[in-house]
Amino acid sequence: MAARPTAPVVAAYALAGLLTAWALGATLHDGLVEPGTAGAFGALIAVGELARWGARDGERDPAPLASAGALAYALLGQNAGHATRHGVLQVIAVVVAAVLLGSVPHVAVGRGPSLDQAARRVLTVAFAAVCFQPLYNSGHLDAWFGHGPYFAFVLLLLLVLTALCDAVVCALLMYARTRYPFGPLLRDELRGLIGIGSAVCATGTVMALAVAVAGLWALPVFCVPLLLTQLAFRRYAAVRTTYRQTITSLARATEVAGYTQPGHARRVAGLSRAVGRELGLSESELTVLEYAALMHDIGQLSLLDPVPAGATATLPADEQRRIALLGGAVVRQTGVPADVAVVVERQADPYREQPLPARIVRAVNAYDDLAEGSPGPGGSLSALEQLRLGTGRDYHPQVVESLARVLARGCLTRVPPG
Amino acid sequence: MAEPRGLRDIPAGARIAVVGAVVGAGACALPVLRQGVPWAAVALLAGLYALCEWPPRCPVLAGRVNVPIASGSFFPVLLAAAFLLPPAAAALVAVPGALIASVEEEPRRVRRVWRAAQLAIAVSAAAGAHVLLGGREALGGRGAAAAPDFPYALLPAGAAALVFCLVLTALDGLILATAERRPPRTAWRGLLLRSLAPHCVHGFAGLMMAVLWRSRFGPLAALFVLLPMYISCWVFAQYHRERAAHRATIRALVQAVDIKDKYTRGHSERVGRASEMIARELGMEEGRLEVIRFAGILHDVGKLGVPTRVLRKDGPLTPEERAVIELHPEYGHEMVRGIGFLGEARAAILHHHERLDGSGYPYGLAGGQIPEAARVVAVADAFDAMTSTRSYRRARPVAAAVTELERCAGAQFDPRMVGGLVRALSRYGWHVEVTADEPQGFGARGNVPPSRPVGTPAGPARGPAEDLLPTPPATGRISPLPDVGEPGPRPHPGPGLPGPRPSNAQGA
Repeated sequence: MAARPTAPVVAAYALAGLLTAWALGATLHDGLVEPGTAGAFGALIAVGELARWGARDGERDPAPLASAGALAYALLGQNAGHATRHGVLQVIAVVVAAVLLGSVPHVAVGRGPSLDQAARRVLTVAFAAVCFQPLYNSGHLDAWFGHGPYFAFVLLLLLVLTALCDAVVCALLMYARTRYPFGPLLRDELRGLIGIGSAVCATGTVMALAVAVAGLWALPVFCVPLLLTQLAFRRYAAVRTTYRQTITSLARATEVAGYTQPGHARRVAGLSRAVGRELGLSESELTVLEYAALMHDIGQLSLLDPVPAGATATLPADEQRRIALLGGAVVRQTGVPADVAVVVERQADPYREQPLPARIVRAVNAYDDLAEGSPGPGGSLSALEQLRLGTGRDYHPQVVESLARVLARGCLTRVPPG
Repeated sequence: MAEPRGLRDIPAGARIAVVGAVVGAGACALPVLRQGVPWAAVALLAGLYALCEWPPRCPVLAGRVNVPIASGSFFPVLLAAAFLLPPAAAALVAVPGALIASVEEEPRRVRRVWRAAQLAIAVSAAAGAHVLLGGREALGGRGAAAAPDFPYALLPAGAAALVFCLVLTALDGLILATAERRPPRTAWRGLLLRSLAPHCVHGFAGLMMAVLWRSRFGPLAALFVLLPMYISCWVFAQYHRERAAHRATIRALVQAVDIKDKYTRGHSERVGRASEMIARELGMEEGRLEVIRFAGILHDVGKLGVPTRVLRKDGPLTPEERAVIELHPEYGHEMVRGIGFLGEARAAILHHHERLDGSGYPYGLAGGQIPEAARVVAVADAFDAMTSTRSYRRARPVAAAVTELERCAGAQFDPRMVGGLVRALSRYGWHVEVTADEPQGFGARGNVPPSRPVGTPAGPARGPAEDLLPTPPATGRISPLPDVGEPGPRPHPGPGLPGPRPSNAQGA
């Protein structure tokens, strides 16, 4: 996936870098306004960054406390009833410095935050601060909304806007990297906001309000519920990882038994996921697709003797369907979502009768069987050619074309066997 | 017996407890008649709490939104009430929510009433403690001059959360002791420690709500506090669902083995239990016990990779077939090596057929080279194999199996593990629900194996090929495989089976 950075990525990095340099320079030149407040928020953000320990890859927001603290500082208008005087640039400078400080231990063990994450953090904080600080410092906000209940809603609204903006940036970066369709990427990002994103927004608002009322003492008290949320998400992610490992291992039973080629299930799962993304499936649909692809051959365990080379694609249709039904029965027993069992059961049907995930699994499975059957550089091409010939009945033309695009892009590294 | 539905169907002690709690709650709430009560705030908080408890029972939402949120997730609302209202009024806040909450078990009505009374008393007591320590003044007010007195505000709030937790725990223990007739000490044990930390977090959240409620931003800003709490609960619920699914998947994996090798139904679960018993006896820590139990449960998972035809073969095995069966530890290791949480159980699966004298397989490790977990599982495996009934022979009594194990300790088994098993058996006995495939549902509890004179040889052992299990052979070893002279050369396990392959691999 290490493609060359494209225009949106470069633009995002450049913007974030410029903002950082400008903010740091200006703050160094003018000195810190209200260093106590800046220090308290900086410490909170740094501690939040430290709490990144043990985060897994692909966690949506590995340091929610740092995000919430940074947003709260951007939206801070008062401290215990006295108006604050820090501007947009100081917000950015403090956040960047704290994030750097908090990342030192992570960088030391080689697991620092990615450039994407750092750039997004700078951009979102800058967005929130630019929306809030000038309006507030000029007194317009007070004039329009007063300093009561409406003000609280304005803050919440601003943070929701910021979160939406962050989702768009994130989806854009992903799109620039992978060229998957933008719509589904954005949809997944927005859906992810409902989870930890909304907790971060709510906590950021509450912190800004609470500091306005009660002073800096509010910070340690008010971060406790968010820490709980982070803990909950982390445990959920851990059990999901374990579950995925277990299913991947289950899928290897057929390889170990010699029913299928080594690495077949994992290759089919990886390729199916890529094709599913290309076709715009959502994250939860992709999970179902991946599990189904991993377990699609499990029915072969019920056979008394292995199929030659495990290649079901070359068997008679009835036989294929029988194995698929056997597999569906096994999958139903394993407690994975019922959708997975349906995909496994239907994988050998003609494509017009299949749900979309089953079409993908069928085409990708056949491709892998055929390509493995004729090794060499031409194997992939001739396998695709055979799939195209089968688009009348067996393989969905659109799926085959997606598969061809995914393969042509070469963004999927082949999984070595074993 | 009919399901208990009303107050009449529960034990007398519990009836007294429920009635007493209702009277107590009434007494707590009585002063509302005399005092000036901020009714608007009471109604708002009570409505909020009821709204939080309602979704699982709401006919529209119940099917669609999967929110199996445990009761207790919304204590911040109750604690905020305790911080904001006088004790008598705070008692009222809990009542509508508790009466509307979903309850899993019968008798529902009695449980709801108990819950309402219990919460009312606890909230009222917490509010009392808060007032006593001067928490009201510390919360601050609307004006800029009346800022909350912050480090001090934590003290009354913490004390109130502690009182809330203590009262709830005491009442929980009381109802467990009276209704389920648990001895009081076991009823209370652990309850307090488990609930202290969550109540602390709820106390913080309640304090935040109370401070914002009193501030110029008003009650609606206080609602923002609930969002992270609500999301935490939702995610924890998801976590529990996913974990249950994971457990089910592992169980299914084991069942798949048991079905394939159909003479060993329940064997895996029992080996898991016996392994855990041994490990506990050896004083291993809790986390390791779980891993060892998984090792026992999954020890034969590699049999999924052995062709069914070989596993189910009737009649003696050829050396080639035996060699294929002997591959199952390596197959098993190959399958589970990607599952991180199994830890040392993976090594146990690979080495559970090694013998202490070095004559086992797959690598012929000897003595201390064999991982500790594998030595545990080996003993548990042999023990269960001997004490369960197979189609070709009956089970042996526990005592006979123990004698056999002790005889082979040192040569085949680690004497420490055998000793551990013996001690565990003498302490807890051996309880099994399923013993292999006895057709007439011979699923007794207690020390199961049917009577057979101790010391009788186990009959014409070499039955079906599935005899992967110890039968006491004349050679004096408990063999997981029927003995036949020297095993022939072992075939290469086939492609895709990397993994450690020590140079002293025996028999190759």
